[in-house]
Amino acid sequence: MSDTSSNIAYVRKDMLPQKAPPKTSVGAIGWINANLFSTPANILLSVVSIGFIGYILSGLLPWVFMSVWNADSLNECREIISEAYGSTHGHACWGVIKERWLQLTFGFYPPEHYWRPILAFILLCVTIAPVLFEKVDRRLLIVTAIYPFLMPFLMWGGTIWGPLTAAVGFVIGYFVYKAAAKKFGTLIAVIAAVMLPVIWWLFIAGPVAGLLSGIPIGLEFVESRRFGGFMLSILIGVVAIGCSLPIGIVLALGRQSDLWIVKSICTGFIEFIRGVPLITLLFVASTLLNIFMPPGTNFDIILRVIIMVTLFAAAYMAEVIRGGLAALPKGQYEGADSLGLNYWQAQRLIIMPQALKISIPGIVSTFIGIFKDTVLVSIIGLLDPMGLTNAIRADSAWNGIYWELFAFVAFVFFVFCFSMSRYSMYLERKLKTTH
Amino acid sequence: MKKTVFFGALTVAGLAAGAAAAATLDDVKERGKLNCGVSTGLVGFAYPDDAGEWKGFDVGVCRAVAAAVLGDPSAVEFVPTTGKTRFTALASGEIDMLARNTTWTFTRDVDLKFEFVGVNYYDGQGFLVPKELGVSSAKELDGATVCIQTGTTTELNLADYFRVNNISYEPVPIETNAEAQQQYLAGACDVFTTDASGLAATRAAFEDPSAHVVLPEIVSKEPLGPLVRHGDNAWGDIVRWSLNALIVAEELGVTSANIDEMLGGTNNPEINRLLGTEGTLGEMLGLEADWAVKALKAGGNYAELFETNIGENTPIGLARGLNAQWTDGGLLYTPPFR
Repeated sequence: MSDTSSNIAYVRKDMLPQKAPPKTSVGAIGWINANLFSTPANILLSVVSIGFIGYILSGLLPWVFMSVWNADSLNECREIISEAYGSTHGHACWGVIKERWLQLTFGFYPPEHYWRPILAFILLCVTIAPVLFEKVDRRLLIVTAIYPFLMPFLMWGGTIWGPLTAAVGFVIGYFVYKAAAKKFGTLIAVIAAVMLPVIWWLFIAGPVAGLLSGIPIGLEFVESRRFGGFMLSILIGVVAIGCSLPIGIVLALGRQSDLWIVKSICTGFIEFIRGVPLITLLFVASTLLNIFMPPGTNFDIILRVIIMVTLFAAAYMAEVIRGGLAALPKGQYEGADSLGLNYWQAQRLIIMPQALKISIPGIVSTFIGIFKDTVLVSIIGLLDPMGLTNAIRADSAWNGIYWELFAFVAFVFFVFCFSMSRYSMYLERKLKTTH
Repeated sequence: MKKTVFFGALTVAGLAAGAAAAATLDDVKERGKLNCGVSTGLVGFAYPDDAGEWKGFDVGVCRAVAAAVLGDPSAVEFVPTTGKTRFTALASGEIDMLARNTTWTFTRDVDLKFEFVGVNYYDGQGFLVPKELGVSSAKELDGATVCIQTGTTTELNLADYFRVNNISYEPVPIETNAEAQQQYLAGACDVFTTDASGLAATRAAFEDPSAHVVLPEIVSKEPLGPLVRHGDNAWGDIVRWSLNALIVAEELGVTSANIDEMLGGTNNPEINRLLGTEGTLGEMLGLEADWAVKALKAGGNYAELFETNIGENTPIGLARGLNAQWTDGGLLYTPPFR
């Protein structure tokens, strides 16, 4: 019936070309229409919010950018500002940051040795890269293994033999385990692999390091008292974060264990540490331990603080990971058992990868919390960035300056914490297996 | 088992160390450094400069002691302490002496088992008011709102003073000195009260210091001085007489400028004894004969330390007042060097 169809004039034979969408629904205008001014209520909210943001920025932007960088004291700043802008109100004096940013970063670390913390920080990035990102060359994991010994050597200095002999302990443990596992079985191998390094550290490492110290390879010793600023915060934060995760995993597993003693010790530890404020633990570290120790023992204050913060973080970490373990269906445990895996194999291959994945947001927020909590050490007299703001204000040149210092400290902390948070989101996306 | 061994070892070590802990001087000499507790930051008294060097009036005392004992004013490890950690730091032996704006009180001296070796600054609680208030005496402050740090002795002193003078006030509680400055400048209170040296430093930080005055009334006694632990009197003597040497040097007119000249010998036997050219004072302390010379060269005598750190030519601008020599009507009065 082709001829009839050709006679019907009102049926269109070909498609109309696509028309551009109306201008009010595309591009910037379209977005604004859809998102900001779609209903009267939204219009009102949008106008109020934009007005509020504008009001904040109108004060903040001139304060940040119409400011003084070149001044040696607050008074000089005020003079320059009142000359340039008429009134001293609402303009920042960044001269204090320009003069003190090195101090805020490194504390009292000797300037000729600044390369050491910088190198330690760069190596830290190299170290965590293969742990954080899959695409990075696996061989970098060697750096990761060396770093725990290299970092203290770089930061504190001294002879190289101390960290080396400490590392040898782990090597001994590894080889003892390898050799003993074949001959005597796993249990004896584990016991031997723990005992022998401990004996090495307690009785042999010291004298050996002493003998070797005749060969003077090392860096100049820098005392803990000289540590400060962001370097101190990052040092405490990184060690606490790095150590708390494995300790936390062990504690979480211990708390779920069927062995009564292990379970009670782990539960007791976690509940005790979580029941005590961090500031109390810091006071214990700084004052109480001093009284228990014999006078003259030099148990490094920063080491004490790091241990306390690590224990604190580990207790929280344990509960976060226990949450992940609890969220796993029972079938996963039973499945692992049915495959004939032993306890550690099941944990390593089946349970932990899933439990940790579930716990990522909790783990990272614990990390961020711990990193920020490091500023509490200013209360026990360590000069972290917040402690230094007070010390800098005590200089009569900068007496009376507040917001600039606080803003700078807040900005640096924000950069670190925000990167951690973004990384955790990246990790969650990468590990997402649901559809 | 390991734990028992550990605690056992601690106990033994503690006992052994307790017996040997008496000789702080030997410890300091062996260490080659004086561990001196200072404030974490107090305007004019202790602060790190941009190169990380500690400066200030209290710091000057530490340096003088280090110079007297070790011959080097830079042989000091400054340990920043807070109001909460200072006493345990001293009691536990973490620091050898504390020079941190600490008021000499009965309980601290007796109950906490410390020995205040003297007074390096006589402070007292004062009042800061805006000039436009038109007040010239604290007794005219009837009905004023007062910014005051909570939980301090200043709060109690204030209540006492207003009760004695039978006038009323309204307290505005604040937590820190930084907050106080902001509140006072914002007009939340008419009066700000704290130690007079702190008031002077606060006032100096204002944009227009001349618009504010510190009232003449001082309502409390705050003798601030360095302190050491009980139990090592020889060490206490060293710190005490190092401080006294700074004070007596001003009285005798010995300054860091003319000290080399005076070392050649003077007609005043007390100066000669102080500088070690006569007598054996240094030997009696267990120090070198020229201990006081080194202490004085560290930062000058008391007057020089005062003028460089908190005196009238500094932004803080404190007058000598009670801290003048007894010969000038002040309270500085050292026992004789003989």
